[in-house]
Amino acid sequence: MTVKEIAIIGAGMHPWGKFIGKSFVDIGVQAAKEALNDAGVDWEEIQYVSGANTVRNGYPGWVSGSTFANALGFQGAQLASSYAACASGVTALSIARAQILAGVCDVALVVGADQVPKGMFAPVPGDRPADVDWLRFRLMGLSNPAYFGLFARRRMALYGDTQDDFATVKVKNSEHGSKNPNARFSKTFTMDDVNSSPVVADPLRLLEICTTSDGGAALVVCSLEYAKKKGIKNPVIVSGISTVGPTYPNAVIDMPYFGSDSWALTGDSNHTFKNQIAQHAYREAGISPRDLDFAEVYDLSSAYELDWYEHIGLCEPGKARELLHNGDTSLGGRIPINPSGGLGAFGEAIPAQAIAQVCELTWQLRGEAGERQVKGARVGLSINYGMFGHGSSVIARR
Amino acid sequence: MTKNRAPAVEGMFTMDPERPSLIGGRSASNGSYYFPKDLGGNDPSCVGDDKREEVLLSRVGKVWSYTSADYPPALPYVIIEEPFQPFVIAAVQLEKESMVICGQMMPGIEIADMKVGMEVQLALDVLFEDDECEYMVWKWEPISGEIQ
Repeated sequence: MTVKEIAIIGAGMHPWGKFIGKSFVDIGVQAAKEALNDAGVDWEEIQYVSGANTVRNGYPGWVSGSTFANALGFQGAQLASSYAACASGVTALSIARAQILAGVCDVALVVGADQVPKGMFAPVPGDRPADVDWLRFRLMGLSNPAYFGLFARRRMALYGDTQDDFATVKVKNSEHGSKNPNARFSKTFTMDDVNSSPVVADPLRLLEICTTSDGGAALVVCSLEYAKKKGIKNPVIVSGISTVGPTYPNAVIDMPYFGSDSWALTGDSNHTFKNQIAQHAYREAGISPRDLDFAEVYDLSSAYELDWYEHIGLCEPGKARELLHNGDTSLGGRIPINPSGGLGAFGEAIPAQAIAQVCELTWQLRGEAGERQVKGARVGLSINYGMFGHGSSVIARR
Repeated sequence: MTKNRAPAVEGMFTMDPERPSLIGGRSASNGSYYFPKDLGGNDPSCVGDDKREEVLLSRVGKVWSYTSADYPPALPYVIIEEPFQPFVIAAVQLEKESMVICGQMMPGIEIADMKVGMEVQLALDVLFEDDECEYMVWKWEPISGEIQ
Protein backbone atom coordinates (compact mmCIF):
# COMPACT_ATOMS: atom_id res chain seq x y z
CA MET A 1 0.00 0.00 0.00
CA THR A 2 1.39 3.39 -0.95
CA VAL A 3 -0.53 6.20 0.64
CA LYS A 4 0.25 9.80 -0.13
CA GLU A 5 1.11 12.04 2.78
CA ILE A 6 -0.09 15.40 4.07
CA ALA A 7 1.48 17.82 6.56
CA ILE A 8 0.25 19.10 9.91
CA ILE A 9 1.32 22.72 10.18
CA GLY A 10 -0.84 23.88 13.06
CA ALA A 11 -2.15 22.40 16.31
CA GLY A 12 -4.30 24.13 18.90
CA MET A 13 -6.36 23.37 21.96
CA HIS A 14 -8.77 24.98 24.33
CA PRO A 15 -7.76 23.73 27.81
CA TRP A 16 -9.93 20.84 29.07
CA GLY A 17 -12.18 21.00 32.13
CA LYS A 18 -15.76 21.87 33.04
CA PHE A 19 -16.92 25.16 31.60
CA ILE A 20 -20.58 25.40 32.56
CA GLY A 21 -22.22 28.20 30.61
CA LYS A 22 -19.55 28.26 27.91
CA SER A 23 -20.65 27.02 24.49
CA PHE A 24 -18.94 24.26 22.53
CA VAL A 25 -18.70 26.79 19.71
CA ASP A 26 -16.58 29.20 21.79
CA ILE A 27 -14.39 26.30 22.88
CA GLY A 28 -13.90 25.08 19.30
CA VAL A 29 -13.25 28.56 17.96
CA GLN A 30 -10.53 29.16 20.54
CA ALA A 31 -8.87 25.85 19.58
CA ALA A 32 -9.17 26.74 15.88
CA LYS A 33 -7.60 30.16 16.42
CA GLU A 34 -4.72 28.59 18.33
CA ALA A 35 -4.14 26.16 15.46
CA LEU A 36 -4.29 28.91 12.84
CA ASN A 37 -1.83 31.07 14.82
CA ASP A 38 0.44 28.10 15.27
CA ALA A 39 0.38 27.46 11.51
CA GLY A 40 0.81 31.12 10.57
CA VAL A 41 -2.21 30.74 8.29
CA ASP A 42 -4.99 33.33 8.11
CA TRP A 43 -8.56 32.08 8.51
CA GLU A 44 -9.34 33.54 5.07
CA GLU A 45 -6.75 31.20 3.54
CA ILE A 46 -8.51 28.05 4.82
CA GLN A 47 -10.20 26.32 1.88
CA TYR A 48 -11.87 23.47 3.71
CA VAL A 49 -13.32 23.05 7.22
CA SER A 50 -13.84 19.53 8.51
CA GLY A 51 -15.81 19.54 11.76
CA ALA A 52 -16.24 16.70 14.25
CA ASN A 53 -19.80 16.75 15.55
CA THR A 54 -21.21 16.75 19.07
CA VAL A 55 -24.58 15.10 19.61
CA ARG A 56 -25.23 16.78 22.96
CA ASN A 57 -25.56 20.40 21.82
CA GLY A 58 -28.55 20.38 19.49
CA TYR A 59 -28.58 21.07 15.76
CA PRO A 60 -25.47 23.31 15.66
CA GLY A 61 -23.52 20.32 17.00
CA TRP A 62 -24.68 18.08 14.14
CA VAL A 63 -23.47 20.53 11.52
CA SER A 64 -20.22 21.44 13.26
CA GLY A 65 -18.30 22.30 10.07
CA SER A 66 -20.82 25.01 9.28
CA THR A 67 -21.16 26.07 12.92
CA PHE A 68 -17.43 26.64 13.39
CA ALA A 69 -17.04 28.26 9.97
CA ASN A 70 -19.86 30.69 10.75
CA ALA A 71 -18.41 31.49 14.18
CA LEU A 72 -15.07 32.30 12.53
CA GLY A 73 -16.91 34.23 9.80
CA PHE A 74 -18.19 32.58 6.62
CA GLN A 75 -15.58 33.10 3.94
CA GLY A 76 -16.73 30.55 1.35
CA ALA A 77 -14.63 27.53 2.40
CA GLN A 78 -16.00 24.09 1.61
CA LEU A 79 -17.42 22.32 4.66
CA ALA A 80 -17.85 18.84 6.09
CA SER A 81 -19.40 17.68 9.37
CA SER A 82 -18.93 14.14 10.61
CA TYR A 83 -19.84 11.97 13.55
CA ALA A 84 -18.22 8.66 14.50
CA ALA A 85 -18.60 8.77 18.31
CA CYS A 86 -15.13 8.97 19.92
CA ALA A 87 -13.53 8.47 16.50
CA SER A 88 -15.18 11.60 15.06
CA GLY A 89 -12.00 13.67 15.14
CA VAL A 90 -9.99 11.26 13.02
CA THR A 91 -12.91 10.76 10.66
CA ALA A 92 -12.86 14.57 10.19
CA LEU A 93 -9.08 14.45 9.65
CA SER A 94 -9.42 11.61 7.12
CA ILE A 95 -11.93 13.67 5.12
CA ALA A 96 -9.54 16.64 5.09
CA ARG A 97 -6.70 14.37 3.93
CA ALA A 98 -8.81 12.94 1.12
CA GLN A 99 -9.78 16.42 -0.09
CA ILE A 100 -6.18 17.61 -0.01
CA LEU A 101 -4.89 14.54 -1.82
CA ALA A 102 -7.70 14.76 -4.37
CA GLY A 103 -6.54 18.28 -5.15
CA VAL A 104 -9.81 19.81 -4.00
CA CYS A 105 -8.00 22.06 -1.54
CA ASP A 106 -4.47 22.84 -0.37
CA VAL A 107 -5.10 23.66 3.27
CA ALA A 108 -7.85 22.61 5.68
CA LEU A 109 -8.94 23.21 9.27
CA VAL A 110 -10.02 20.18 11.35
CA VAL A 111 -11.85 21.06 14.56
CA GLY A 112 -13.90 19.42 17.29
CA ALA A 113 -15.22 20.64 20.64
CA ASP A 114 -17.75 19.63 23.26
CA GLN A 115 -19.60 20.94 26.28
CA VAL A 116 -21.58 18.27 28.16
CA PRO A 117 -23.58 17.85 31.38
CA LYS A 118 -21.68 16.65 34.44
CA GLY A 119 -21.60 12.93 35.24
CA MET A 120 -21.62 9.68 33.28
CA PHE A 121 -22.62 9.72 29.62
CA ALA A 122 -26.23 8.70 29.01
CA PRO A 123 -27.97 7.78 25.77
CA VAL A 124 -29.76 10.57 23.92
CA PRO A 125 -33.34 10.84 25.27
CA GLY A 126 -36.37 9.01 23.89
CA ASP A 127 -37.72 5.44 23.87
CA ARG A 128 -35.78 3.32 21.37
CA PRO A 129 -36.16 -0.42 22.01
CA ALA A 130 -34.37 -1.23 18.73
CA ASP A 131 -31.21 0.68 19.75
CA VAL A 132 -28.69 -1.42 21.69
CA ASP A 133 -27.24 1.75 23.25
CA TRP A 134 -30.65 2.49 24.76
CA LEU A 135 -31.30 -1.15 25.65
CA ARG A 136 -28.02 -1.69 27.54
CA PHE A 137 -28.96 1.09 29.97
CA ARG A 138 -32.65 0.21 30.13
CA LEU A 139 -32.34 -3.53 30.67
CA MET A 140 -29.27 -3.82 32.87
CA GLY A 141 -27.78 -0.42 33.71
CA LEU A 142 -24.71 -1.26 31.64
CA SER A 143 -22.99 2.16 31.75
CA ASN A 144 -19.64 2.87 30.10
CA PRO A 145 -17.62 2.24 33.30
CA ALA A 146 -19.24 -1.21 33.55
CA TYR A 147 -17.50 -2.23 30.30
CA PHE A 148 -14.20 -0.92 31.67
CA GLY A 149 -14.79 -3.03 34.79
CA LEU A 150 -15.55 -6.14 32.70
CA PHE A 151 -12.37 -5.68 30.64
CA ALA A 152 -10.27 -5.08 33.76
CA ARG A 153 -11.60 -8.13 35.62
CA ARG A 154 -11.03 -10.23 32.49
CA ARG A 155 -7.34 -9.17 32.48
CA MET A 156 -7.06 -10.20 36.13
CA ALA A 157 -8.55 -13.63 35.37
CA LEU A 158 -6.56 -14.26 32.18
CA TYR A 159 -3.18 -12.71 32.95
CA GLY A 160 -3.01 -12.30 36.71
CA ASP A 161 -3.04 -8.50 36.53
CA THR A 162 -3.80 -6.84 39.86
CA GLN A 163 -5.63 -3.73 40.99
CA ASP A 164 -2.23 -2.27 41.87
CA ASP A 165 -1.12 -2.72 38.26
CA PHE A 166 -4.09 -0.64 37.17
CA ALA A 167 -3.48 2.01 39.83
CA THR A 168 0.15 2.25 38.63
CA VAL A 169 -1.12 3.32 35.19
CA LYS A 170 -3.13 6.13 36.77
CA VAL A 171 -0.16 7.30 38.83
CA LYS A 172 2.07 7.29 35.71
CA ASN A 173 -0.40 9.22 33.58
CA SER A 174 -1.07 11.75 36.32
CA GLU A 175 2.67 12.45 36.42
CA HIS A 176 2.61 13.00 32.66
CA GLY A 177 -0.53 15.14 32.84
CA SER A 178 0.93 17.33 35.59
CA LYS A 179 3.37 18.61 32.95
CA ASN A 180 0.62 19.52 30.48
CA PRO A 181 -0.99 22.96 30.77
CA ASN A 182 -3.98 21.88 28.64
CA ALA A 183 -4.87 18.91 30.88
CA ARG A 184 -7.85 19.14 33.20
CA PHE A 185 -6.12 17.49 36.16
CA SER A 186 -2.70 18.69 37.20
CA LYS A 187 -2.43 16.71 40.42
CA THR A 188 0.10 13.89 40.66
CA PHE A 189 -1.77 11.04 42.31
CA THR A 190 -0.19 8.41 44.55
CA MET A 191 -1.10 4.72 44.81
CA ASP A 192 -2.83 5.59 48.10
CA ASP A 193 -4.91 8.30 46.45
CA VAL A 194 -6.06 5.84 43.78
CA ASN A 195 -6.69 2.95 46.13
CA SER A 196 -8.65 5.06 48.58
CA SER A 197 -11.00 6.50 45.96
CA PRO A 198 -14.43 4.82 45.87
CA VAL A 199 -15.14 1.78 43.68
CA VAL A 200 -17.19 2.70 40.61
CA ALA A 201 -17.11 -0.51 38.57
CA ASP A 202 -15.25 -3.26 40.37
CA PRO A 203 -12.24 -3.63 40.19
CA LEU A 204 -11.90 0.00 39.09
CA ARG A 205 -12.03 3.07 41.31
CA LEU A 206 -13.13 6.63 40.67
CA LEU A 207 -9.63 7.91 39.91
CA GLU A 208 -9.13 5.13 37.34
CA ILE A 209 -12.12 6.01 35.18
CA CYS A 210 -11.89 8.96 32.84
CA THR A 211 -14.29 11.81 33.44
CA THR A 212 -16.51 13.57 30.93
CA SER A 213 -14.92 16.91 30.07
CA ASP A 214 -15.45 20.01 28.01
CA GLY A 215 -12.63 20.79 25.64
CA GLY A 216 -11.61 21.49 22.09
CA ALA A 217 -8.81 20.68 19.68
CA ALA A 218 -7.94 21.72 16.14
CA LEU A 219 -5.39 21.06 13.40
CA VAL A 220 -4.34 22.90 10.27
CA VAL A 221 -3.36 20.34 7.63
CA CYS A 222 -2.15 20.87 4.09
CA SER A 223 -0.48 19.42 1.04
CA LEU A 224 3.30 18.99 1.16
CA GLU A 225 3.55 21.59 -1.62
CA TYR A 226 1.57 24.12 0.39
CA ALA A 227 3.81 23.59 3.44
CA LYS A 228 6.84 24.17 1.25
CA LYS A 229 5.31 27.31 -0.23
CA LYS A 230 4.73 28.55 3.31
CA GLY A 231 8.42 28.05 3.99
CA ILE A 232 7.90 25.21 6.49
CA LYS A 233 10.98 23.07 5.89
CA ASN A 234 10.42 20.02 8.03
CA PRO A 235 6.72 19.72 8.87
CA VAL A 236 5.09 16.92 10.82
CA ILE A 237 3.82 14.39 8.30
CA VAL A 238 0.66 12.25 8.55
CA SER A 239 1.84 8.93 7.16
CA GLY A 240 -1.13 6.73 8.06
CA ILE A 241 -4.75 7.05 9.11
CA SER A 242 -7.02 4.20 10.09
CA THR A 243 -10.79 4.51 10.12
CA VAL A 244 -11.46 0.76 9.73
CA GLY A 245 -14.55 -1.01 10.94
CA PRO A 246 -14.65 -4.52 12.45
CA THR A 247 -14.62 -7.82 10.65
CA TYR A 248 -17.32 -10.28 11.71
CA PRO A 249 -17.46 -11.97 14.16
CA ASN A 250 -16.27 -9.59 16.86
CA ALA A 251 -15.92 -12.22 19.57
CA VAL A 252 -14.92 -9.89 22.41
CA ILE A 253 -17.88 -7.94 23.75
CA ASP A 254 -17.74 -4.21 23.20
CA MET A 255 -19.65 -1.01 23.85
CA PRO A 256 -22.59 -0.58 23.33
CA TYR A 257 -23.46 -4.23 22.71
CA PHE A 258 -24.58 -6.44 25.58
CA GLY A 259 -23.77 -9.60 23.64
CA SER A 260 -20.70 -10.59 21.59
CA ASP A 261 -20.93 -12.00 18.08
CA SER A 262 -20.88 -15.79 17.99
CA TRP A 263 -17.50 -17.33 17.15
CA ALA A 264 -19.10 -20.76 16.55
CA LEU A 265 -18.00 -20.80 12.91
CA THR A 266 -14.47 -19.40 13.31
CA GLY A 267 -13.53 -20.90 16.67
CA ASP A 268 -11.56 -17.74 17.49
CA SER A 269 -12.85 -16.43 20.81
CA ASN A 270 -10.12 -13.76 20.95
CA HIS A 271 -10.92 -12.05 17.65
CA THR A 272 -11.41 -8.39 18.49
CA PHE A 273 -11.82 -5.34 16.34
CA LYS A 274 -9.42 -3.49 18.60
CA ASN A 275 -6.50 -5.54 17.27
CA GLN A 276 -7.25 -4.42 13.71
CA ILE A 277 -7.38 -0.65 14.11
CA ALA A 278 -3.65 0.11 14.37
CA GLN A 279 -2.79 -2.60 11.82
CA HIS A 280 -4.34 -0.54 9.06
CA ALA A 281 -2.43 2.59 10.09
CA TYR A 282 0.84 0.58 10.19
CA ARG A 283 0.15 -0.71 6.66
CA GLU A 284 -0.51 2.78 5.33
CA ALA A 285 2.63 4.14 6.96
CA GLY A 286 4.72 1.10 6.01
CA ILE A 287 6.04 0.69 9.55
CA SER A 288 5.68 -1.75 12.45
CA PRO A 289 5.16 -1.26 16.20
CA ARG A 290 8.95 -1.43 16.66
CA ASP A 291 9.30 1.87 14.81
CA LEU A 292 7.22 3.84 17.30
CA ASP A 293 8.87 6.26 19.73
CA PHE A 294 5.68 6.97 21.70
CA ALA A 295 1.91 6.61 21.50
CA GLU A 296 -1.27 8.25 22.68
CA VAL A 297 -3.79 5.51 23.48
CA TYR A 298 -7.42 5.48 24.51
CA ASP A 299 -7.21 5.11 28.29
CA LEU A 300 -10.87 5.34 29.18
CA SER A 301 -9.73 3.47 32.28
CA SER A 302 -6.37 2.68 33.82
CA ALA A 303 -6.70 -1.03 32.95
CA TYR A 304 -7.83 -0.25 29.42
CA GLU A 305 -4.47 1.42 28.72
CA LEU A 306 -2.83 -1.99 29.23
CA ASP A 307 -5.21 -3.55 26.69
CA TRP A 308 -4.05 -0.98 24.13
CA TYR A 309 -0.34 -1.87 24.57
CA GLU A 310 -1.36 -5.27 23.27
CA HIS A 311 -3.87 -4.08 20.66
CA ILE A 312 -1.23 -1.85 19.01
CA GLY A 313 1.33 -4.64 19.03
CA LEU A 314 3.82 -3.38 21.63
CA CYS A 315 3.76 -6.78 23.35
CA GLU A 316 2.02 -10.15 23.41
CA PRO A 317 -1.36 -10.41 25.17
CA GLY A 318 -0.81 -10.50 28.92
CA LYS A 319 2.61 -8.83 28.87
CA ALA A 320 1.49 -5.22 29.18
CA ARG A 321 2.13 -5.05 32.91
CA GLU A 322 5.78 -5.96 32.29
CA LEU A 323 6.22 -2.92 30.04
CA LEU A 324 4.49 -0.81 32.66
CA HIS A 325 6.59 -1.99 35.58
CA ASN A 326 9.84 -1.82 33.60
CA GLY A 327 9.14 1.87 33.19
CA ASP A 328 9.11 1.41 29.40
CA THR A 329 5.86 3.32 29.04
CA SER A 330 6.71 6.23 31.37
CA LEU A 331 8.33 9.45 30.20
CA GLY A 332 12.03 8.68 29.94
CA GLY A 333 11.25 5.04 29.13
CA ARG A 334 11.66 3.10 25.90
CA ILE A 335 8.21 3.94 24.52
CA PRO A 336 6.31 6.48 26.59
CA ILE A 337 2.54 5.96 26.41
CA ASN A 338 0.23 8.91 26.88
CA PRO A 339 2.93 11.52 27.44
CA SER A 340 0.07 14.08 27.35
CA GLY A 341 -1.45 12.47 30.43
CA GLY A 342 -4.08 10.74 28.27
CA LEU A 343 -7.78 10.72 28.94
CA GLY A 344 -7.01 10.08 32.60
CA ALA A 345 -5.69 13.64 32.82
CA PHE A 346 -7.98 15.21 30.20
CA GLY A 347 -11.30 13.37 30.42
CA GLU A 348 -13.42 12.74 27.37
CA ALA A 349 -14.65 15.50 25.08
CA ILE A 350 -15.94 13.19 22.40
CA PRO A 351 -15.49 15.14 19.13
CA ALA A 352 -12.19 16.65 20.30
CA GLN A 353 -10.32 13.74 21.82
CA ALA A 354 -9.00 12.05 18.69
CA ILE A 355 -7.86 15.47 17.41
CA ALA A 356 -6.27 16.24 20.78
CA GLN A 357 -4.22 13.05 20.49
CA VAL A 358 -2.91 14.23 17.11
CA CYS A 359 -2.09 17.66 18.62
CA GLU A 360 0.12 15.83 21.12
CA LEU A 361 1.77 13.83 18.30
CA THR A 362 2.48 17.13 16.56
CA TRP A 363 3.99 18.89 19.56
CA GLN A 364 6.08 15.85 20.51
CA LEU A 365 7.41 15.41 16.97
CA ARG A 366 8.35 19.07 16.80
CA GLY A 367 10.14 18.83 20.15
CA GLU A 368 7.79 21.44 21.63
CA ALA A 369 6.26 19.37 24.45
CA GLY A 370 8.24 21.06 27.19
CA GLU A 371 8.67 19.09 30.40
CA ARG A 372 6.82 16.11 28.95
CA GLN A 373 8.95 15.91 25.80
CA VAL A 374 9.77 12.40 24.58
CA LYS A 375 13.46 12.62 23.72
CA GLY A 376 14.22 12.11 20.03
CA ALA A 377 10.59 11.50 19.09
CA ARG A 378 10.45 10.76 15.35
CA VAL A 379 7.37 8.53 14.96
CA GLY A 380 4.20 8.52 17.03
CA LEU A 381 0.85 6.75 16.92
CA SER A 382 -2.55 7.71 18.28
CA ILE A 383 -5.43 5.29 18.67
CA ASN A 384 -8.99 5.38 19.80
CA TYR A 385 -12.29 3.75 19.09
CA GLY A 386 -15.80 5.03 18.44
CA MET A 387 -18.53 2.83 19.80
CA PHE A 388 -20.60 0.75 17.37
CA GLY A 389 -17.40 0.08 15.42
CA HIS A 390 -15.51 3.17 14.29
CA GLY A 391 -11.76 2.62 14.40
CA SER A 392 -9.42 5.59 14.70
CA SER A 393 -5.65 5.69 14.51
CA VAL A 394 -3.06 8.11 13.15
CA ILE A 395 0.65 7.65 12.56
CA ALA A 396 2.68 10.83 12.30
CA ARG A 397 6.38 11.27 11.70
CA ARG A 398 8.96 13.98 11.36
CA MET B 1 -53.60 -8.52 44.56
CA THR B 2 -50.60 -9.59 42.56
CA LYS B 3 -49.75 -7.48 39.58
CA ASN B 4 -49.53 -8.67 36.01
CA ARG B 5 -46.07 -9.42 34.71
CA ALA B 6 -44.83 -8.27 31.35
CA PRO B 7 -41.40 -8.36 29.71
CA ALA B 8 -39.53 -5.05 29.94
CA VAL B 9 -38.78 -5.45 26.23
CA GLU B 10 -40.62 -7.62 23.73
CA GLY B 11 -39.13 -10.63 22.04
CA MET B 12 -35.79 -11.04 23.83
CA PHE B 13 -36.65 -13.68 26.42
CA THR B 14 -39.41 -16.07 27.40
CA MET B 15 -41.51 -15.40 30.50
CA ASP B 16 -41.40 -18.97 31.89
CA PRO B 17 -40.96 -18.23 35.62
CA GLU B 18 -39.08 -21.48 36.30
CA ARG B 19 -37.02 -21.96 33.15
CA PRO B 20 -36.76 -18.67 31.26
CA SER B 21 -34.64 -18.51 28.08
CA LEU B 22 -33.12 -15.81 25.96
CA ILE B 23 -34.55 -15.72 22.45
CA GLY B 24 -31.82 -15.57 19.85
CA GLY B 25 -31.46 -16.10 16.14
CA ARG B 26 -29.76 -18.88 14.19
CA SER B 27 -28.82 -18.69 10.55
CA ALA B 28 -30.40 -21.59 8.68
CA SER B 29 -27.61 -21.46 6.09
CA ASN B 30 -24.56 -21.72 8.37
CA GLY B 31 -25.89 -22.28 11.90
CA SER B 32 -24.33 -19.16 13.45
CA TYR B 33 -26.09 -17.59 16.45
CA TYR B 34 -27.26 -14.06 17.15
CA PHE B 35 -28.49 -12.21 20.22
CA PRO B 36 -30.65 -10.19 20.22
CA LYS B 37 -31.97 -11.97 17.16
CA ASP B 38 -31.81 -8.94 14.87
CA LEU B 39 -29.70 -6.37 16.73
CA GLY B 40 -26.22 -7.88 16.91
CA GLY B 41 -23.39 -8.05 14.38
CA ASN B 42 -24.19 -9.47 10.95
CA ASP B 43 -22.25 -12.11 9.06
CA PRO B 44 -21.46 -10.59 5.64
CA SER B 45 -21.80 -14.02 4.03
CA CYS B 46 -25.47 -14.29 4.97
CA VAL B 47 -26.82 -10.76 5.13
CA GLY B 48 -30.24 -10.65 3.55
CA ASP B 49 -30.66 -14.29 4.48
CA ASP B 50 -34.30 -14.31 5.59
CA LYS B 51 -33.83 -17.74 7.07
CA ARG B 52 -32.56 -16.49 10.44
CA GLU B 53 -34.76 -18.59 12.70
CA GLU B 54 -35.78 -17.90 16.26
CA VAL B 55 -34.11 -20.21 18.81
CA LEU B 56 -33.96 -20.43 22.58
CA LEU B 57 -30.36 -20.02 23.77
CA SER B 58 -28.64 -22.14 26.42
CA ARG B 59 -29.89 -21.28 29.90
CA VAL B 60 -26.56 -22.07 31.55
CA GLY B 61 -23.16 -20.56 31.00
CA LYS B 62 -19.84 -19.66 32.60
CA VAL B 63 -18.90 -16.21 33.85
CA TRP B 64 -16.49 -14.62 31.32
CA SER B 65 -16.06 -11.51 33.45
CA TYR B 66 -17.98 -9.44 35.97
CA THR B 67 -18.16 -5.99 37.48
CA SER B 68 -20.34 -3.84 39.70
CA ALA B 69 -22.47 -0.74 39.36
CA ASP B 70 -21.68 1.14 42.56
CA TYR B 71 -23.11 4.40 41.20
CA PRO B 72 -26.64 4.72 39.79
CA PRO B 73 -26.75 4.24 36.00
CA ALA B 74 -28.28 7.00 33.87
CA LEU B 75 -31.78 6.96 32.37
CA PRO B 76 -33.38 5.04 30.72
CA TYR B 77 -32.33 2.73 33.59
CA VAL B 78 -35.05 3.02 36.23
CA ILE B 79 -33.86 3.25 39.84
CA ILE B 80 -36.45 1.43 41.93
CA GLU B 81 -34.94 1.82 45.39
CA GLU B 82 -33.68 4.86 47.28
CA PRO B 83 -30.96 4.90 48.31
CA PHE B 84 -29.61 3.20 45.20
CA GLN B 85 -28.62 -0.41 45.77
CA PRO B 86 -25.41 -1.36 43.91
CA PHE B 87 -25.62 -4.49 41.77
CA VAL B 88 -23.32 -6.94 40.06
CA ILE B 89 -23.15 -7.38 36.27
CA ALA B 90 -21.91 -10.57 34.66
CA ALA B 91 -20.80 -11.31 31.10
CA VAL B 92 -21.60 -14.98 30.59
CA GLN B 93 -20.15 -17.31 27.96
CA LEU B 94 -22.57 -19.78 26.40
CA GLU B 95 -20.72 -22.88 25.27
CA LYS B 96 -22.89 -24.14 22.43
CA GLU B 97 -23.56 -20.71 20.95
CA SER B 98 -19.94 -19.52 21.43
CA MET B 99 -20.99 -16.09 22.55
CA VAL B 100 -20.99 -13.86 25.62
CA ILE B 101 -24.16 -12.21 26.94
CA CYS B 102 -24.39 -9.68 29.76
CA GLY B 103 -26.98 -9.32 32.46
CA GLN B 104 -27.29 -8.27 36.06
CA MET B 105 -26.78 -10.90 38.71
CA MET B 106 -29.85 -11.56 40.89
CA PRO B 107 -30.18 -9.24 43.92
CA GLY B 108 -28.18 -10.29 46.96
CA ILE B 109 -25.19 -11.50 44.93
CA GLU B 110 -22.06 -9.53 45.80
CA ILE B 111 -18.69 -9.13 44.13
CA ALA B 112 -17.15 -11.45 46.72
CA ASP B 113 -19.50 -14.21 45.52
CA MET B 114 -18.22 -13.96 41.95
CA LYS B 115 -15.48 -15.82 40.11
CA VAL B 116 -14.55 -15.94 36.43
CA GLY B 117 -15.49 -19.42 35.19
CA MET B 118 -18.30 -20.05 37.69
CA GLU B 119 -21.52 -21.56 36.35
CA VAL B 120 -24.64 -19.44 36.27
CA GLN B 121 -28.14 -19.86 34.90
CA LEU B 122 -30.80 -17.55 33.56
CA ALA B 123 -33.50 -16.20 35.90
CA LEU B 124 -36.19 -13.52 35.74
CA ASP B 125 -36.52 -10.56 38.08
CA VAL B 126 -38.54 -7.36 38.30
CA LEU B 127 -36.74 -4.49 36.55
CA PHE B 128 -39.32 -1.80 37.43
CA GLU B 129 -43.08 -1.54 37.93
CA ASP B 130 -46.04 0.77 37.56
CA ASP B 131 -49.55 0.64 39.08
CA GLU B 132 -50.69 -2.29 36.95
CA CYS B 133 -47.66 -4.22 35.97
CA GLU B 134 -44.28 -5.59 36.96
CA TYR B 135 -41.79 -5.35 34.08
CA MET B 136 -39.44 -8.31 34.00
CA VAL B 137 -35.90 -8.78 32.71
CA TRP B 138 -33.39 -11.61 32.57
CA LYS B 139 -30.65 -11.83 35.16
CA TRP B 140 -28.06 -14.46 35.99
CA GLU B 141 -27.92 -16.48 39.18
CA PRO B 142 -25.31 -18.84 40.60
CA ILE B 143 -26.18 -22.50 40.24
CA SER B 144 -26.73 -24.07 43.61
CA GLY B 145 -27.56 -27.75 43.50
CA GLU B 146 -29.37 -29.00 40.44
CA ILE B 147 -29.61 -27.07 37.21
CA GLN B 148 -33.23 -26.20 36.61
